Amino acid sequence: MVHFSTDGRPLPTPTPITAPFFDGLRERRLVLQRCPRHGYFFYPRGRCPVCLGDDWEWGELSGQGTVYSFTVDRAGHDPALASRIPFAIALVDLDEGPRLVGNMVDCDIGDITVGMAVEAAYEDVDDTTLLGFRPVG
Amino acid sequence: MLPGTRPPSVSRMGKRAAAIAGLTEWAPKRVWDEPMFTMEACARLAAEVLADAEVDKGEVDGLVINGLRESPMFAPSALAEFLGIRSNFNEVVDLGGATPAGMVWRAAAAIEVGICETVLVFTPSVPAPPQPGANGGPMKMKMGAYMGGEVWGSPQGQFEIPAGLVAATPSFAMAAQRYMAAYGVSEETLAKVAVDSRYNAQANPMAVFYGKPITIDDVMSSRYVADPLKLLEIVMPCYGGSAVLVTTAERAARSPHRPVYVSGYGEHLTHKSITYAPDIVDTPIRLAADRAFEMAGVSRDAVDMASMYDCYTITVLLTIEDAGFCPKGEGGRFIDEHSLRYDGDWPLNTHGGQLGMGQAGLGGGMSHITEAVRQVQGRGGERQVPDCNIAYANGTGGMLAEQVALILEGA
Repeated sequence: MVHFSTDGRPLPTPTPITAPFFDGLRERRLVLQRCPRHGYFFYPRGRCPVCLGDDWEWGELSGQGTVYSFTVDRAGHDPALASRIPFAIALVDLDEGPRLVGNMVDCDIGDITVGMAVEAAYEDVDDTTLLGFRPVG
Repeated sequence: MLPGTRPPSVSRMGKRAAAIAGLTEWAPKRVWDEPMFTMEACARLAAEVLADAEVDKGEVDGLVINGLRESPMFAPSALAEFLGIRSNFNEVVDLGGATPAGMVWRAAAAIEVGICETVLVFTPSVPAPPQPGANGGPMKMKMGAYMGGEVWGSPQGQFEIPAGLVAATPSFAMAAQRYMAAYGVSEETLAKVAVDSRYNAQANPMAVFYGKPITIDDVMSSRYVADPLKLLEIVMPCYGGSAVLVTTAERAARSPHRPVYVSGYGEHLTHKSITYAPDIVDTPIRLAADRAFEMAGVSRDAVDMASMYDCYTITVLLTIEDAGFCPKGEGGRFIDEHSLRYDGDWPLNTHGGQLGMGQAGLGGGMSHITEAVRQVQGRGGERQVPDCNIAYANGTGGMLAEQVALILEGA
């Protein structure tokens, strides 16, 4: 579910099971669930997507990863984000395994490449903190 | 295929075979002048497809739909009631662009196992008449960008939508970006898919781009919509509609057209959002196509024409590779070395594809099946592929997610 910021951006509406992830972002921490058998997984859910076990625990990740792929939205596919174009969307493989999605920030969009090393970045929008990524090194 | 070979009227699964006996298709249009309720559209499509196959309505005992705007619940029964059909097989299929291909194999499988005899498969996509009190204005095809991700509890609404990963183009663009980094295909090669499709559309008066050929330069100079995809590599959303009639091989033999056996099929999916695709450049069509070819007992070399879902140019490249027509990573070279035109050495999307004909909602996905059937039936007109006996058709839904492969063989 989404709700909208005061300036019209779609924001996540956390659920009881996903709230710890979003609470972590507000504290500048990237926390995901870790299954004792299959490691970290994303997105948050009640059971491990490999074994359906529910004996996971929340754990904090480094926030380091690499760009798996990316695109630049130049058309405003979401009319609610049309005022922000062009902006880059990236799929990022974290060093600990899971693949996450977020906007690329603090960089020239022309410099983004597949395989680029990135780290988690945090952007506060109203009462929500969004996860993004910025280049490192 | 080998001259003289004929698919059996008993399928390789040991059951009676199913065949497509008729079709109808409306020309896609950007603006639709004649609004219709979905039920009314189905009634018109039913009348047309029954006439095409010369089948009596009383013979129909199966319905396959994607849903019904006028009855979001109990949709098949509402349509059976509306059409006056006593139906033994009633199916709602929800596979995005792969829906039509998924519908056809479900209809064929139901006939093969003997639960029904003759099935109508509907893909209408027309606007409803203006609702009293609602805003009027010109009606153009639009798809909700959030695709159901906005509902309470949806993972997509919490993780993809806030990042702007909505609609379909950015997801396919990321597949193209990854493919280019991994295998090094050029944007010009991707552009050739759009150009060859548009060439084919010049032989299809129903195409939205009939009379409008394009060049590689046209594609290359069109604006970036989501890097690296450009405007002319992306389908035009349209209104339209289509239907096919699937029946027993025995009944199809008494229809006026050459029966087209649904001799092999496969389906595979793993994810909704592309973030969670196991590998965005190794698509689910691989397993779907392997199963379809194995079931039909035909080789890739035997295919006379291919009808591949082409929402974007990259979709075609990935499908050529993953459906097994060339090794992984060589799709670019394959596109460069072959003419994909109806008069070329590897006829693909001879109707112009959706890139050339327009994407009439689910009718866009169905256009790959109707065209394959036309070609096998010898109804291709100006764009007829000579001696066309075996067609490969497929559908791609969502974000390279739901994928369905069909082998269609002439009797």
